[in-house]
Amino acid sequence: MESAILFEKLKEKFPQAIKGSTDRFGQLEIQLEAKAVPNVIAFLRNDSELGFNMLIDIVSIDYSAYPDWKEDRFGVVYLLKSLTLGHRAQLKVMVSESNPEIPTISHLYANANWLEREAFDQIGIRFEGHPNLKRILNHHEFVGHPLRKDYPITRRQVLSANESLMDEMTVRLKEKGWE
Amino acid sequence: MGVESLPILTTRKDAVLAWGQKNSLWPMPFGTACCAIEFMSVVSSVFDIARFGAELVRFSPRQADLLLVAGTVTFKQGPILKQIYEQMPDPKWVISMGVCASSGGFYNNYCTVQGIDQIIPVDVYISGCPPRPEAILEAIIKLQHKIENPHTTPVAQYKAKEPHFDF
Amino acid sequence: MIDNFDTKTLLPVRSSQGLDSLKHQEKKDLVLVNLGPSHPASHGTLRAFLALDGETIAAAVTEIGYLHRGFEKDCEAHTFQQCIPYTDRLNYVSAIMNNVGFCKAVERMLRVEVPERAIYIRVITNELNRIIDHLVCAGANLVDIGALTNFWYSFNVREKVYNILEKLCGARLTSSYTRIGGLSRDVYPEFAAEVKAVLKEIQLGVNDVQKLVSNNRIFLDRTKDICVISKERAISYGWTGPTLRACGVEYDLRKSDPYYHYEDFKFDIPVGSVGDTYDRIFIRFYEIEESIHIIEQALGKMPKGPIITDDKRVALPPKQQTYGNIEGLMNHFKIIMHGICPEPGEIYDFTEAANGELGFYIVADGGKNPYRVKCRPPCFMNFAAFGEMIEGTMVADAVATLGSINIIAGELDR
Repeated sequence: MESAILFEKLKEKFPQAIKGSTDRFGQLEIQLEAKAVPNVIAFLRNDSELGFNMLIDIVSIDYSAYPDWKEDRFGVVYLLKSLTLGHRAQLKVMVSESNPEIPTISHLYANANWLEREAFDQIGIRFEGHPNLKRILNHHEFVGHPLRKDYPITRRQVLSANESLMDEMTVRLKEKGWE
Repeated sequence: MGVESLPILTTRKDAVLAWGQKNSLWPMPFGTACCAIEFMSVVSSVFDIARFGAELVRFSPRQADLLLVAGTVTFKQGPILKQIYEQMPDPKWVISMGVCASSGGFYNNYCTVQGIDQIIPVDVYISGCPPRPEAILEAIIKLQHKIENPHTTPVAQYKAKEPHFDF
Repeated sequence: MIDNFDTKTLLPVRSSQGLDSLKHQEKKDLVLVNLGPSHPASHGTLRAFLALDGETIAAAVTEIGYLHRGFEKDCEAHTFQQCIPYTDRLNYVSAIMNNVGFCKAVERMLRVEVPERAIYIRVITNELNRIIDHLVCAGANLVDIGALTNFWYSFNVREKVYNILEKLCGARLTSSYTRIGGLSRDVYPEFAAEVKAVLKEIQLGVNDVQKLVSNNRIFLDRTKDICVISKERAISYGWTGPTLRACGVEYDLRKSDPYYHYEDFKFDIPVGSVGDTYDRIFIRFYEIEESIHIIEQALGKMPKGPIITDDKRVALPPKQQTYGNIEGLMNHFKIIMHGICPEPGEIYDFTEAANGELGFYIVADGGKNPYRVKCRPPCFMNFAAFGEMIEGTMVADAVATLGSINIIAGELDR
């Protein structure tokens, strides 16, 4: 399905949530509202004509140093792919600096758990309802979000001791029935 | 009666110990990144580190005497490197392989330690990104020379209690 | 007479509480152990925190980030051309594939055409890198299982390929061979003959390894039906590449979204059936053979011609012009100092790397540095599933599985 037809279909089903579209070198990027993300993506995954069964990536971008940028500061791009039908989708959500929150999609795709943790770690976007929103790439004593444009690249932060991971382990043991 | 029939050999204790240590360096490869792949090539049969007696790579620090840090060390990995170094028994030597381990490489950013000598003392530095296997073999030879001549090339003593970082 | 006895008394008692099922035992029987981050079988710096019940893994929690080297922040601080060596060190066992992935995205953004000769050389070097990546993965995995000889067989073959790559690019491992718009230099005269000779060596090496392991009782017991993952779960985790094909999903970007004339090459995609460790290892051997076919066809079709685009905004002029006349010098100066400045925009482009879909999402703001580069690493998705995959199996199985999903820490943590 061409991305333009996909846009029309989404606009029909979610008229308030879909805000616009931009052409990105042949792939149409569909802009939507943060609150509608789980519903739209669940529809994209479950609908038989669309069948987007794979989440390719979640890209978080800090637009604060972009020339002549007037909109919200952070952008999050969801890249989806349908293995059965072969098409791709690109959805973008803009969130502001004062309230960088998006509902999680970790119940829809298993890799969204780690991808959202990375977006939180590097840029600072909070995902509501995420089971374990912790840092994943930087160490646990790191303060700040390094990929933000106001974080200087050479500001180093020393780690004194690695974390023990017992918090995650107790949760996991409980899930597996070991309590 | 010639010298060959004497059943005793005299030498200095240091010379014998140094000869034994330098020909049986057991490396512990602390391989983190791309340099670890070049180290795997050195261990393989084309470049053959076994001719230096160093083919017994020991992944337990308690059984090794040469810590070969191959690859970038990040701040998250720093405490682990310190702990592994402290678990090795004396006498021990450290070779810092590649520019990332020696000085941070071209990763001058928020997460990379700019050289492992900010955490542990280093005996030989190898430059290269990654260094050729021949460079690693040369470093082993330099280290062997250092072991044999400890008074002219002093081996670093670990004095610092806390890691020292200057930014 | 041995009837009317209570069979329960003959079974071994598991704990002081008698014959309760494992689930209701107290946690005091669990041993907590770290697999990594400094561990011989962890292939780089990964950490798996395990709770063991005897030898079986009751629960596993994984942690990454020990090799997070700030690739994305570094790309923002350097020009587009300067990002190419950073991309080398992502998946460092198949460095040219990352170079090609990045340059392909930037070239699409700039709308420049790469010359045909450069495309075919990129395909040949990509497939050679895919072969050496699979050889490292299989060799290291077999070492973890205990089959040490295969490591020597694989690495000797890799040395021969390294000789070719060294003559071609100047470096064995981190090549930085591509440039935006083409390649940095042309192939040397004996390239085609040497590549054909090395393909024969590769085939012999793979045959040797297969002879040793395919009917080996120990290998089969250690890999068949170990850590099986279902198709649906693998797709939900975003797996692509050989690990997904081992689960039975026929999905290869070279066939579904072809680029660089892959639609003209005749090759098959090996697909596994069960999704266990055996499938994940053996699929790589079959992929090596398919890559050999692709290289042979590409060598035959490679045309003569330039190896970099003649677009003056993008490609450095030839050295005779740089040193010969003032326009060439100014052109060279402008590209190096002021950089290649694409129009403001965003693009996501992907290639089929050795581990799966390697994608780059690049945001350009019209300046010489990229505004944001996000690398979509295939082994990030592979490792996300690892914790779930190993629960219920033994530690030795976890080690065998970790090798089979081919984690390269440089790409995982970026």
